[in-house]
Amino acid sequence: MITLDSVSFSYAGAAAPSLRDVSLSFEEGELVLVVGRTGSGKSTLLGTLNGLVPHFTGGHLSGEVRVAGVSTRHRPPRELANLVGVVGQDPLAGFVTDTVEEELAYGMEQLGVAPAVMRRRVEDTLDLLGIADLRRRPLRALSGGQQQRVAIASVLTTHPEVLVLDEPTSALDPTAAEEVLATLARLVHDLGKTIVVAEHRMERVVPFADRIAYVVGDGSVEVGEPAEILRRTPIAPPLVELGRLAGWDPLPLSVRDARRHPPPRFDALPTAPAPKRVDKPSNRGGGGGGGGLTARGVVVRYGARVAVRGVDLALSSGEVTALMGRNGSGKSSLLWALQGSGPRQGGSVDAAGADPRDLSRADARRRVGLVPQSASDLLYLESVAAECVAGDEDAGAATGTCRALLEDLTPGVDDALHPRDLSEGQKLALVLAVQLAAAPAVMLLDEPTRGLDYTGKEVLARMVSRLATDGHAVVVATHDVEFVATVADRVVVMAEGEIVSDGPTADVLTASPAFAPQVAKVLGPPWLTVAQVRDALTSEVSP
Amino acid sequence: MTTLSAYFLPRDLHPAAWWVWALGLATAASRTTNPWLLAVVIAVVCFVVVARRSDAPWAMAFRMYLWLAALVVVLRVGFRIVFGGGEGGTVLVTLPEIPLPAWAAGIRLFGAVSAESLLGGLYDGLRLATMIVCIGGANALANPKRLLAAMPSALYEVGTAVVVALSVFPQLAESVQRVRRARALRGNRAKGRKALRAIVIPVLEDALDRSLQLASSMDSRGYGRAGAATVQERLASGTLMVVGLIGVCVGVYNMLDGTTPRVLAGPALIAGIVVAMVGFTLAGRRVARTRYRPDRWRLAEVVTAFSGIAVAVVLLATSRVDPANLNPSLTTLSWPQLAWAPLCGVLVGLTPAWLTPPPVVGENETPLQETAA
Repeated sequence: MITLDSVSFSYAGAAAPSLRDVSLSFEEGELVLVVGRTGSGKSTLLGTLNGLVPHFTGGHLSGEVRVAGVSTRHRPPRELANLVGVVGQDPLAGFVTDTVEEELAYGMEQLGVAPAVMRRRVEDTLDLLGIADLRRRPLRALSGGQQQRVAIASVLTTHPEVLVLDEPTSALDPTAAEEVLATLARLVHDLGKTIVVAEHRMERVVPFADRIAYVVGDGSVEVGEPAEILRRTPIAPPLVELGRLAGWDPLPLSVRDARRHPPPRFDALPTAPAPKRVDKPSNRGGGGGGGGLTARGVVVRYGARVAVRGVDLALSSGEVTALMGRNGSGKSSLLWALQGSGPRQGGSVDAAGADPRDLSRADARRRVGLVPQSASDLLYLESVAAECVAGDEDAGAATGTCRALLEDLTPGVDDALHPRDLSEGQKLALVLAVQLAAAPAVMLLDEPTRGLDYTGKEVLARMVSRLATDGHAVVVATHDVEFVATVADRVVVMAEGEIVSDGPTADVLTASPAFAPQVAKVLGPPWLTVAQVRDALTSEVSP
Repeated sequence: MTTLSAYFLPRDLHPAAWWVWALGLATAASRTTNPWLLAVVIAVVCFVVVARRSDAPWAMAFRMYLWLAALVVVLRVGFRIVFGGGEGGTVLVTLPEIPLPAWAAGIRLFGAVSAESLLGGLYDGLRLATMIVCIGGANALANPKRLLAAMPSALYEVGTAVVVALSVFPQLAESVQRVRRARALRGNRAKGRKALRAIVIPVLEDALDRSLQLASSMDSRGYGRAGAATVQERLASGTLMVVGLIGVCVGVYNMLDGTTPRVLAGPALIAGIVVAMVGFTLAGRRVARTRYRPDRWRLAEVVTAFSGIAVAVVLLATSRVDPANLNPSLTTLSWPQLAWAPLCGVLVGLTPAWLTPPPVVGENETPLQETAA
């Protein structure tokens, strides 16, 4: 169905080619999962499949890409629209019309499909993706998951031979991502289309992937059976890491696999992991005195809608608190209210003896810092160095503070780079450094894990632990259970603006299957992370 | 009986039908300054809008047009007071006149205010206000995006561009708000140009990113697939369209201005429409594109459009027979008369309130909160 014949591609002005002599072929009806680090060339590989690379992006492509026997060499993407359907990361950015039904018809209108056929296909596709009840809704009023399902539906109506999805869930929250991935699973089983998907939530796609294409990062691409490729990729879901650790063969690809065939090596595991290191905060470098924050009866409402309903929350320094709960449960509103920038209609917040709402913005951020969901909104200059200098000025800190903090968080970021050219993880580190320059005792992070791959999350986890050992009180609002299992000391779960559960990480996470990390699902509580298992195994061997 | 019930099944009328109706009423309003008639026209438009609008955002904007119309009347009358309303003999009140330097000769500030000049301002303002309300009515009743979609396929590209541009504004407003909040978090106290930059740069980056993504998405979905038109064909259809549209403009202008030769009115309008149609058909023939569920022109649309045209025709006809009644005299003050013929003519404009299918409602509700596992 798809063949790449010694394809090389380099962007104009790039030092090294993004793809180097890639030859592969994907069969009809196959689901291929494309994996690789952020920036390794996954998107480039996917772009070659419908001619966006190089017709839209520019650059030089040699070799031959054929889709269903048609070469992309002399055909721009629009001439391949009947063969390849492409779904991008941000569904809203790709919508042309403004209601669901019109969006579904758009591609067919361009191809000149007969009106009667169009009408029929729209109805069929609405049912196939379970979005018939949304048909007349404005696209902007849909939730993220619904939008992405509409985006998938809108390329399916043209009946393409190949469906290409480039990280369809990276801009979505986990609930929405689940929705989309469930839809994808359904398409694979019901339609048998050839699907090529890049996805960083690998654990959700691996169980039904036929093959994996691993984009190494040096321009080469390795294609093989999932179990075989996953054995050596640097990025892997916790389950695969656990499997590698235990020398499991074949590698378990789903929790079900793992539970059905437990490896003998885990018999040696003790009943519980060693208690977490209790190194008391040294309070070096940390914030201005006392630390911590106490909030009582916080109420946030937008008109008639109550976002936060009288929440009491105490944060102590050196502790990492994870704030969890579905979208719209009031997490962001609570964080903004604690920082003092957001609205707050009732209750009190005490950060080191003062209410941040009553202080000037500059004073408030010396007590409570917040990194918002779209962190890059804070950046507006042309280079990392300029951002750091401006960060020092804004915070009134000594020159070089921000730069030193950045070096501390992620070493080796090039000063001259434009902030837009940084990886998501580095961008986050830069924003964090800018906020930390004001030396707040409390640091709030709103959805920092969104769009990060496993490597990015590891780096973030290190940064967060670092903040805690430095004596900051840290709050991380996130949906990512695995991340919470790694970094958090305490978990607070919110629903409908109220706190529904609050306790140590191990207790809260293992209390319900929805929140249990993969390791807990396989080994049972109180095991949470691969690192715990690794530590336990090594101490077994050498006590 | 079944055909009758099918006729009244809720659906959205072809947007062009509403526009023809509204423009008919506006044309009628342009031919008279009789306050009673104008008030009746406004009442007719309001009644039909209330009876047949949907609950979409554009439908709710009708109130804004009413406010705008009221403002126009107030301004017109206000100007007459400020810039001298001395014409005519019935002076109502004499305000102290502000003496102006010699170079401003001919302009008078305040002074005597006569009833004639006030009435003149009121009639004039009311006429303009009525036309604004008519346009507002069309905007409230017809989905603007469907109107763009109903354009000839030769104008399809333009229509798409307009739709895309329209959807940019709410997005821009959203990003500006987000970035401003983020700036407060950073404690950025810069003012003036620096502050502007801290907002404008992230917002523009966002907008550029989006437009690139949109362009690539449209390209991937087949937008602009090659048509088979030669340069000559394009030139011919383009010229025809432009010439035709000029003819339409000339025709419309002369229709509304009663003083110009009649041969430049109706005939020019019709000729313009024909020429433009030929151009559109020529251009449309090379487009290999189809349309999903186009709005169709059915009996209800015909009824609506004709009721608007009828109002215009009656007023144009009576303006020849009995001009005095349509434009009350300002030299001899008298209570304006209302004749039966134009009144009945205007009331024909009410028919769409009963003789059209009701709009589809209840589909613009707020999104349901997503439920999570």
